[in-house]
Amino acid sequence: MGSRCLLLLAALALWSCGVCTSVARAAEAGDLTRWNEIRPLIFGAAEIENGEGIIALDAPTRAEDAAVVPISIVALAPQSPDRFIAKVSLVIDENPAPLVAVFHLTPLNGSATLSTRVRVNDYTNIRAIAQMSDGKLVMVSRYMKAAGGCSAPASKDQQAALARLGKMKMIPPERVMSGQPSVFHLLISHPNNSGLQFDQMSRNYIPAHYIKLIQITFDGQPVLTVEPNISISEDPSFHFAWVTDHSGTFEVKAVDSRDTVFTGSFPVTVAPGS
Amino acid sequence: MRSLLFLFLIIGSVLLTFSAWADSLSVTSIAPGVYVHFGKQEDAFPFNRGDIANLGFIVGDNSVAVIDTGSSPYLGDQLKRAVRSVTNLPIRYVINTHVHPDHVLGDVSFVGTDTVFVGNARLSAALQARGPYYMNALPRTVGEDDAKGAQVIAPTLSVQDETTLDLGGRKIVLKSWPTAHTDNDLTVWDAATQTLFASDLLFVNRIPVLDGNLSGWLSDLEGMAAIPAKLVVPGHGPLVTEWPQGLSDQRRYLTVLRDDVRAVIAHHGTMEQAMDSACLGEKDKWLLFGLYNRRNVSAAFAELEWE
Ligand SMILES: [Zn+2]
Repeated sequence: MGSRCLLLLAALALWSCGVCTSVARAAEAGDLTRWNEIRPLIFGAAEIENGEGIIALDAPTRAEDAAVVPISIVALAPQSPDRFIAKVSLVIDENPAPLVAVFHLTPLNGSATLSTRVRVNDYTNIRAIAQMSDGKLVMVSRYMKAAGGCSAPASKDQQAALARLGKMKMIPPERVMSGQPSVFHLLISHPNNSGLQFDQMSRNYIPAHYIKLIQITFDGQPVLTVEPNISISEDPSFHFAWVTDHSGTFEVKAVDSRDTVFTGSFPVTVAPGS
Repeated sequence: MRSLLFLFLIIGSVLLTFSAWADSLSVTSIAPGVYVHFGKQEDAFPFNRGDIANLGFIVGDNSVAVIDTGSSPYLGDQLKRAVRSVTNLPIRYVINTHVHPDHVLGDVSFVGTDTVFVGNARLSAALQARGPYYMNALPRTVGEDDAKGAQVIAPTLSVQDETTLDLGGRKIVLKSWPTAHTDNDLTVWDAATQTLFASDLLFVNRIPVLDGNLSGWLSDLEGMAAIPAKLVVPGHGPLVTEWPQGLSDQRRYLTVLRDDVRAVIAHHGTMEQAMDSACLGEKDKWLLFGLYNRRNVSAAFAELEWE
């Protein structure tokens, strides 16, 4: 995505924040107003086909906690070298930053299924757009109600979030089987702060502080690259699949909006005899 | 005889409940100079006007402290009238026990040149982060009319650890707690009557809501249990007269929540798996379990996976 496009999305973010303090504009199911604004910014004029049968979105019908909503993009066919999902874009129409994350995958993932946790600001449509290896775009979407009551898409413990900054974990499955897709869980401790709050003292918006790039490799081979945004929950979390027939090491590099780099190294042992 | 009994009942209710022939919230005098409005054990909706949290006030010899102001300017106005039905002393302090909208969005009704807004030292940051979102949701939660004029009021007196306020011949002690229900919980202790306003650090009958730190909450409960309280006003639920027994149900739920979520994490389970399975044995023991248990599990999971 070009920097011009990012700027436009940032402008959209500020615009929507100005709006959200005055009028509650809760999207209804099937409301395309916001999507029609966002779509050309992300995908230009490219045609987007119905993705049913190729991918599915697994998400609650109502956000339980506005700050931490688990979402999965499920790939319904395995990744194969001649046909695979190369890229997945996750969009939450009504969020201040609607393009939540872009995921870059390879045939070696085995499965393109991905899970993450997101902030959900309002009643909204949520979409996953997959770019297939032949360049074709397909989309699935579903509607989600905002969390009720006292829930907010904000930090629960602002001090603790900063104190843990940059810690990283990679949780493997109980057994990594040779030659089969295994699901790994990457966690990075970071406030992933939206920065959209207005500071009464300085009369400025507090600058956003979030992870903007994550690159995962296995013995030097690209595994997954994520370009996340402020709509990803605090302590960004990603489940992804990987296939290997030998033990090796994941290297993770994460860069935040202040250009601070966080790295982690995680050895993986393939189950003997598997 | 029957009519005499009826008369007693009427006198009794007039003495105990200053409700409104005028338009004001019903408040109960739970101890000399200590008044509480008990909110409904429901989630906030326009049909209940967001009247879901317990609100209170304490009257000294020369001033009044209000403890939480309700979900909207409408409820704030109603609470103010309830104070005025009891005393004409100035409302010097408005104490916000934490950031949640059902406790702070009536604040604007009490704004005046001499009013001091008091909160946990971390309340200001939390209001800044969440205020715009709560304001956006308010017309939906309490209805367009009740939401009119709502404002987020920044605290003018911050409580780092403990602060004592003098209401004239009556001292109340405000205490900020380590992160638990939220990262800005604050309790109020009236020494004269040994009454503790526990804020949302205590839920009774209604399922507790975790929006802070589970381990911190369990440890705060031990600190609260040590307070020699005769009366405890929970943030939600009826008055507690047996202390610390009154917090044992909540301690049990939070302990089960912690243990169940830890077990899922230990088996490399996902947040969704935990949300589907944790605390199901608590289901029939709490009001609003269906609305909040899954949310509590997701919050606990996000915290405990860093242990
Ligand atoms: Zn609360």
